[in-house]
Amino acid sequence: MNGSEFSWSEFFHMGGYAVFVWSSYGLALLMVVVNIVSPIIERKRVIARVKRAIKREASNGQVN
Amino acid sequence: MFKRIWGWIQRFSSPKHFYDISGKMIPWFAVSALLLGVYGLYMGLFVAPTDYQQGESYRIIFIHVPAAWMSLFIYMVMAIASAIGLIWQIKLADMVAAASAPIGAWFTFLALVTGSLWGKPMWGAYWVWDARLTSELILLFLYFGYMALQSSIEDQRTADKASGLLAIVGVVNIPIIHYSVEWWNTLHQGATVAKFDKPSMHIDMLIPLLVMAFAAKLFYAAVVLVRARNEVLMRERNRQWVRELVEKI
Amino acid sequence: MLKAFYHLLARDLRLAFRLRHELANPLIFFVLVVSLFPLAVTPNAELLQEMAPGVIWVSALLSVLLSLDRLFKQDYEDGSLDQLMLSPNPLVILVLAKVAAHWLLTGLPLVLIAPLLGLFMYVPAEANGVLMLSLLLGTPVLSLVGAIGVSLTVAVNRGGVLLSLIILPLYIPILIFGANAVDVASDGLSVRGQILFLGAVLAMSISLAPLATAVALRITASR
Repeated sequence: MNGSEFSWSEFFHMGGYAVFVWSSYGLALLMVVVNIVSPIIERKRVIARVKRAIKREASNGQVN
Repeated sequence: MFKRIWGWIQRFSSPKHFYDISGKMIPWFAVSALLLGVYGLYMGLFVAPTDYQQGESYRIIFIHVPAAWMSLFIYMVMAIASAIGLIWQIKLADMVAAASAPIGAWFTFLALVTGSLWGKPMWGAYWVWDARLTSELILLFLYFGYMALQSSIEDQRTADKASGLLAIVGVVNIPIIHYSVEWWNTLHQGATVAKFDKPSMHIDMLIPLLVMAFAAKLFYAAVVLVRARNEVLMRERNRQWVRELVEKI
Repeated sequence: MLKAFYHLLARDLRLAFRLRHELANPLIFFVLVVSLFPLAVTPNAELLQEMAPGVIWVSALLSVLLSLDRLFKQDYEDGSLDQLMLSPNPLVILVLAKVAAHWLLTGLPLVLIAPLLGLFMYVPAEANGVLMLSLLLGTPVLSLVGAIGVSLTVAVNRGGVLLSLIILPLYIPILIFGANAVDVASDGLSVRGQILFLGAVLAMSISLAPLATAVALRITASR
């Protein structure tokens, strides 16, 4: 990549180490995505659970 | 004086206050992590020169080394938070410790896999019992032990305290484990194994490495706060303020 | 305080000798596992000799691990642990007594039978002494550190796998140095460094592990 014209195909080739480099970066991306998505799903679940509890108590006509 | 500080700490560490403050902090952490991450990737993939020994494969270190640093850093955070939770009975600290464990385990896993992906072209094998990889593997087991203990005790307070104590015991042991693994490694391995971090690193390689490490820290800060907020909602679910808050969402 | 220590130690030993058949189990397990290796790998003397330190040490480790349950589990279930924790004596001392009893009943027999296994695995005669010495210094650490794990999981039903998950990573330094001492001794070299390390870890465990165990018991076992 140094000196000569920049080329995307050369960039993706990674000097023959494409498999290793890109699977590392891909895995890192996957890890980032999972760590963003899973707490958000968890948050939705917790909120839904609290809402259910509120409804149940309202229909029972009593508060804890 | 001391009383005032103590009062301030208690007010800040009240779950409700934490929930409000952290909600404001998360976007800042997330955005700066994203910006730094993009900048680090650009520097690491486009600007940093090719390594004269390892060719392009060395670019894996921009993922591997920050992940390895994070894996240890998060364990330290867990142990310190657990100690605070145990000594001063601050529930929030326990929640932060519990929220950190899965993130730390993920970083450890990432460090392990990228290490072995780096090792394949360098060592000719996906797995070599190298000191660093072996230590990471043991660290992953320590995380698993913490999470298993945390989830197998029914009572939340007991689970927090028990797994917190385990984290502290683990932190006392980590230097001993690390030292013995290093020592074991020098006995069994020839000098042919290349090291990740060389004594002198080209500045264009060092900058993306440090930028990525910072990005990883900020990313952790954002995610741990989101997770800790979930813990707050879950554990305080019978409190009035959580009820009111949930109705509004 | 010393009286309380001896009292509890004597009680545990007496109770254990009443169940004599159980007493031998870890020992039999130890011998059994080691003798599986020649069957699984090869009876070739050279190869066995090379594997011997690791095989014997790993088997000792597993044998101690399996026997850890008897450290607090029984006492927890029949309520005598509650009484111990209510007693006016410092819990650390009582923990130390229980661990000492556990070691006398499982660790020490392993140390004594080790030369026989050394014979099975073709460990050179001069390394057998080092094997015993390394186990003598190492097995108390296994009991001490194991006590922390048992006390953390004492209230967990079917905590066996959980206990191994928690404890085995902490055993690694002992395993490395213990096995290596025997390995080096088989080559006729000095093992001073390894023995000193094991001794240092033992000293550290005796002073810190009972504290952690006492704290853990207060957390998990109070009902």
